[in-house]
Amino acid sequence: MARPMQVARYWRHFSEKYRLIGGKCENGHVHFPKRPVCPVCGSKNIEEVQLSGKGKVISWTIVRNPPSGFEYYKPYPLALVELEEGPIVLAQLTDVEPDEIDFGMEVEVVTRKLREFEEDGIILYGYKFRPPVE
Amino acid sequence: MRKAVIIGAGMTPVGEHWKLGLRDLAVEALFNAMEDAGVDKVDSLYVGNMLSGSFVEQENLGALIADWAGLGNIPAVKVEAACASGGAAVQEGVKAVLSGLEDVVAVVGVEKMTDGWPSDATRYLAYAADAEWELFHGASFVALNALVMRYYMKTYGYTEEDLALFSVNAHANGAKNPYAMFKRPIKVDTVLNSPYVADPIKLFDASPVCDGAASVIITTPEKARELGVPKERWVEIAGMGRAIDTINLANREDLLTLRAARIAAEKAYKMAGVGPEDIDFFEIHDAFTIMAALSLEAIGVAKKGEGAKLAKEGQIAIDAGYPIQTMGGLKARGHPVGATGLYQTVEAVLQLRGEAPSQVPDAEVGLTQNIGGTGSNITVNIFRRV
Ligand SMILES: [Zn+2]
Repeated sequence: MARPMQVARYWRHFSEKYRLIGGKCENGHVHFPKRPVCPVCGSKNIEEVQLSGKGKVISWTIVRNPPSGFEYYKPYPLALVELEEGPIVLAQLTDVEPDEIDFGMEVEVVTRKLREFEEDGIILYGYKFRPPVE
Repeated sequence: MRKAVIIGAGMTPVGEHWKLGLRDLAVEALFNAMEDAGVDKVDSLYVGNMLSGSFVEQENLGALIADWAGLGNIPAVKVEAACASGGAAVQEGVKAVLSGLEDVVAVVGVEKMTDGWPSDATRYLAYAADAEWELFHGASFVALNALVMRYYMKTYGYTEEDLALFSVNAHANGAKNPYAMFKRPIKVDTVLNSPYVADPIKLFDASPVCDGAASVIITTPEKARELGVPKERWVEIAGMGRAIDTINLANREDLLTLRAARIAAEKAYKMAGVGPEDIDFFEIHDAFTIMAALSLEAIGVAKKGEGAKLAKEGQIAIDAGYPIQTMGGLKARGHPVGATGLYQTVEAVLQLRGEAPSQVPDAEVGLTQNIGGTGSNITVNIFRRV
């Protein structure tokens, strides 16, 4: 289990997990998270790109027997969301009832608490997706 | 080029072994294999295991098991490739023999999963996924497979009932295997009425958390002759292949293609000089029913989108065209993760020697396929009667 000493482990992913920064190669292939080599063309010339956080649900599940550390939140919906820029992102859905979730449902990114560790532990925040709020 | 043959195979029953620890299970399976081969020493040991550090706080399994089995100061290492650790360990053993560096190699696969809490087991199994981008979000391993299953059902128009047929087949065969964890046949309703673990995966779509160990002894035909092992007890490892795919499911180019399995199978078929039509039985990685369907497609037995159709058409039973999971598969025999590739190997050996409890008549060639991660690390091995 992660201990407070592991703060750096989570801190180093702030740009992706708080701002949804991905990668874009010189040939325009967008991916998330940013990688050292483009999985499509092999280019190593990759720059950061801000993703819009808008996308569609392409598949989902309801996690009823979660990994330890997530028991408090069960059951929770988890989905694959295809962003409008192309990449697919795995994340929890929030502000939605399980039976409202459907293929192609439009969603937008929000920052939420993912979990917290015991008493003096750290709290993890990151992206979740919800139906768009006007 | 040298050839590699299996001359001994052994295993422990799969189950909840409350009285036996990891080392006890491994040594028991290893001794069974050595006795079966009639050897009392080996040149090296390869241990297939995935999660000993997490489940029982023990790494360095090469030293632990070789030491405990009294094998002397031989080289011994653990091979880890998630749930495909066993299949990968067999391949490392074969490579050692084929290279000429070692003549008699022992491979043992072992996993001890029931010494901890179930939710911790769920966490540890998710270590095979991408920790930062999957487990971070609370994705269990079952959940990742559930995302694939729902997408498969939607894309090709299958129902939960259709996929349940893989479990029914596995349990029917497992009922005859004295080493299987579950020895009772089930009906489609048993699957459909079981609770959801991660919708649409239900308890009976998934393999159980359990303990077990299995082992084989590998050598060359020349050495086998020298050791006095009768030829009818040799099983050739005729082909093998291994490949990876993106560890993160979301990064997959196509969610419904096990590309690593396809590449691994192509390599194995080429090395063995056979095609899917020449295989008499298939031990595929049915950790979840959806993986059975996708595996049949990836290894060239079914067209894309038609893996589940084979089950619907009744083609996967022992006496049908494409017998799979002849000793229960991961679903009914059990899936002690790092040991599974070795159970599959031992079962292939029994089929090819004509000693399987549910025997495929005149089996000459068999294929095992072992998946690590959500399709991210896959081995395919092809075995042939000598
Ligand atoms: Zn590119």
